Amino acid sequence: MTNPVPVTIIGGFLGSGKTTLVNHLLRHANGVRLAVLVNDFGDLPIDADLIEGQDGDVINLSGGCVCCSYGDDLSLSLQTLQEQASLPDHIFIEASGVALPGAIGKSLSLLRAYRLEGIVVLADATTVQSMAAEKYVGDTIQRQLDDADLIVLNKLDLVCDEQAQSNRVWLDGCFPHTPYIDSVHSTVNADVFFDIKRKMTNCKPSAHSHTQDTLQVDHASSLFTSLSVSVDHMVDAKWLASQLADKRNMLVRAKGFVLDTDNQIKTIQVVGRRWSVTPAPIGVQAGLVCIAQAESLSEENIRSLCKPDAQQII
Amino acid sequence: MTTIYAARKIITMNPARPAVTHVAVRDGRILGAGSLDELTGFGEYTLDEQFADKVLMPGMVEGHCHAVEGKWWRYVYCGFHDRMDPHGKVWSGLSSIEEVISRLQENEATLQDPTAALTGWAIDPIYYADKKITREQLDRVSTTRPVGIMHASGHIMNVNSKALELADYLRAGIEHDGVPLGDDGLPTGELKGPDVMFPVGRQAGFDDNMLEFDEPGLIDFARLCVRTGVTTATDLAAKLDDEMVEMGIRVTARDDFPVRIMSLRFHHGVTPAELIEHAKALRSRSTDQFRLGKIKIIADGSIQGFSARIRWPGYFNGAPNGLWYIAPEQMLAIYEMALKEDLQVHTHTNGDEATDLVLDTLQVALKKHPNANHRFTIQHGQLINAAQYRRMASLNMCVNHFANHHFYWGDEHYNITVGPERAERMNACRTALDNGIPLAIHSDAPVTPLSPLFTAWCAVTRQTNSGRTQGEHEKITIDEALYAITLGAAYTLNMDDEIGSIEAGKLADFAVLEDDPTSVSAQALKDVKVWGTVQSGRVFAASEI
Ligand SMILES: [Zn+2]
Repeated sequence: MTNPVPVTIIGGFLGSGKTTLVNHLLRHANGVRLAVLVNDFGDLPIDADLIEGQDGDVINLSGGCVCCSYGDDLSLSLQTLQEQASLPDHIFIEASGVALPGAIGKSLSLLRAYRLEGIVVLADATTVQSMAAEKYVGDTIQRQLDDADLIVLNKLDLVCDEQAQSNRVWLDGCFPHTPYIDSVHSTVNADVFFDIKRKMTNCKPSAHSHTQDTLQVDHASSLFTSLSVSVDHMVDAKWLASQLADKRNMLVRAKGFVLDTDNQIKTIQVVGRRWSVTPAPIGVQAGLVCIAQAESLSEENIRSLCKPDAQQII
Repeated sequence: MTTIYAARKIITMNPARPAVTHVAVRDGRILGAGSLDELTGFGEYTLDEQFADKVLMPGMVEGHCHAVEGKWWRYVYCGFHDRMDPHGKVWSGLSSIEEVISRLQENEATLQDPTAALTGWAIDPIYYADKKITREQLDRVSTTRPVGIMHASGHIMNVNSKALELADYLRAGIEHDGVPLGDDGLPTGELKGPDVMFPVGRQAGFDDNMLEFDEPGLIDFARLCVRTGVTTATDLAAKLDDEMVEMGIRVTARDDFPVRIMSLRFHHGVTPAELIEHAKALRSRSTDQFRLGKIKIIADGSIQGFSARIRWPGYFNGAPNGLWYIAPEQMLAIYEMALKEDLQVHTHTNGDEATDLVLDTLQVALKKHPNANHRFTIQHGQLINAAQYRRMASLNMCVNHFANHHFYWGDEHYNITVGPERAERMNACRTALDNGIPLAIHSDAPVTPLSPLFTAWCAVTRQTNSGRTQGEHEKITIDEALYAITLGAAYTLNMDDEIGSIEAGKLADFAVLEDDPTSVSAQALKDVKVWGTVQSGRVFAASEI
């Protein structure tokens, strides 16, 4: 059995920018073969130059990507995808405007070929607070945000600093464990969504060294920083993963290989507040890469978490 | 060619001459209803006396059912109540889980292929003290073939170990609210909700289009219609792709096909603009016997599944509020475009909050596109309250209530879902009529059995399965109920100028009864026997269908 395909669920109410985000990701796939599952084609204006052809419910896109509409049976679409000759590298499911992304996430546990990577929910900075109090859909919007591992506070270009800050205070109050990032026009750096794998093979951390670099950005407000830290000592992997997923670090993503207390090398993965620890592939080198919005990354925090005696101190 | 039928009594639903003895038919339409003397004025005729000892009433109109019921009868019936199949056989109700298992075992013994699926339907564990059914119990039916039973509600399924294994569910590590686990950490075989039912259902013999009719199923459904006096039936939510439309038009056009089908396009899976375009295209393909061009929206879930959107104070047992199945913006877009294009929309609501959304949305849409004869209809509307009916009246809305629900799940609503007060005013037909709302009542077959006279009995007696009368105040009279299953339903389908009463100019659609439903006791209404139907002037005897 091959490794399960990572699946990211993109949630958020109508108008929050899900469709724009999906298109943005398709444009920045950089060789990652994506499958995008949307509720229906009508809401997905895929740029004509990306489309190579349509085959029933599947639109073939350039770069080996595909887009499928799942209508009222997501499980069937996922199963159909599973039976294809070559599985995609990563799947994005665009949840419908009133769907609860957490429920979609749970249905993934029923299919062995997939692994829930994370739930990203968009919040429209111009309306989210009033919509969350709206008579009919207020509780739906709150439940969607409550399901999120990571919240994208979108359309920040359309609000003043004061309103942006009021949104952050509101998010902190309502969803105290969920990190959020800023965005305009749904342009979030693709590295926030894709596996850090490529990055890890590029950097070879030496003992107790660290590197920090700024990722290529599409817009000034979506500056992201990645931080590589080496973790050569034995560490309680679950403890470290859960600490990295703590909101105070505001990490959007982390991936690493560490020597766990059972003397096995483990893979740590973090998307927002979601974390997992699984057996690592053979031959990997210990180390950790973290990605966060540039101004929110506390290098000091991360580094102190990765110190040998961190668990005793914190 | 004129035929004049003589009958013991003809109930016309025409208040000017409510009961007559003769009806003249030419070319499938009614020339007139009256005395033989009056009708001879139309010229040469043949007098047909085969109904001389029968009672005729307008062909019944089932305004909310699903033609897929015909297909479901190919599965094993596992319901608690007796139920008649398309061939007239009455399957006895099963009073315990043991009886369900024996019936499945009997059926299993007749199957040749050891790996073929065995599929059952209509089980309802609330009648078995709500005991859970386990895969081990169904393993007693077979360990080599997948076995699955759909619950009466349509929201839950039970399967055996083999079905779980084939779907790759028989393993540790499954985490899903809809898949309860046993002490061994493996699924118990109960599957709740479409997300988890569909993948396993596929293994257990349910096809991918669990809710769509097929050709033999449509023919069997029509047989049920003849047996229950129905001459026009809806198929209330379909995708209606070209293949289905061609098949529907072809099958219903046969000389021996006895019922008019009105199939509504379901909103899901397409954008509002696409939906409107599709509905317009369908409208232009509509035929006499296969009516198309209306839209069905589902706004929320079900009350017994706790997925209906209900207003404060919410569910009686404290369950969280349900789910929206459509975004308010989408509903508004559909309403506006439909009003502009003269497309009728039927909207399913169960909870009163979902009804509020429909009323608010229609009120806004009507300002933009006033449309005096829109006849937008709320389907189910089980929790509509008096204030909402008053608003519906001012918005010119219709309602089609789920009267049968009272009998099957009324006790559960009283005790668990919404509590006594609101349970007593569920499907409040009396209040609807008192507010002048055009009213139909329905079975939602296959959820409950197709049989308008039974549905009328439910609305008249408001009796629950345990024998209580639930909501004395909301009872309607036999006459009102008979109107609801004929002209009332026809009005909600915008067909009241063609069907629903026996009077000059209308289609010759009759239900042929052995007894007069207006002269029996309320209790006996459901037991009035149906001889068959006349549809567009063609005679269909239940005994020969
Ligand atoms: Zn229905």
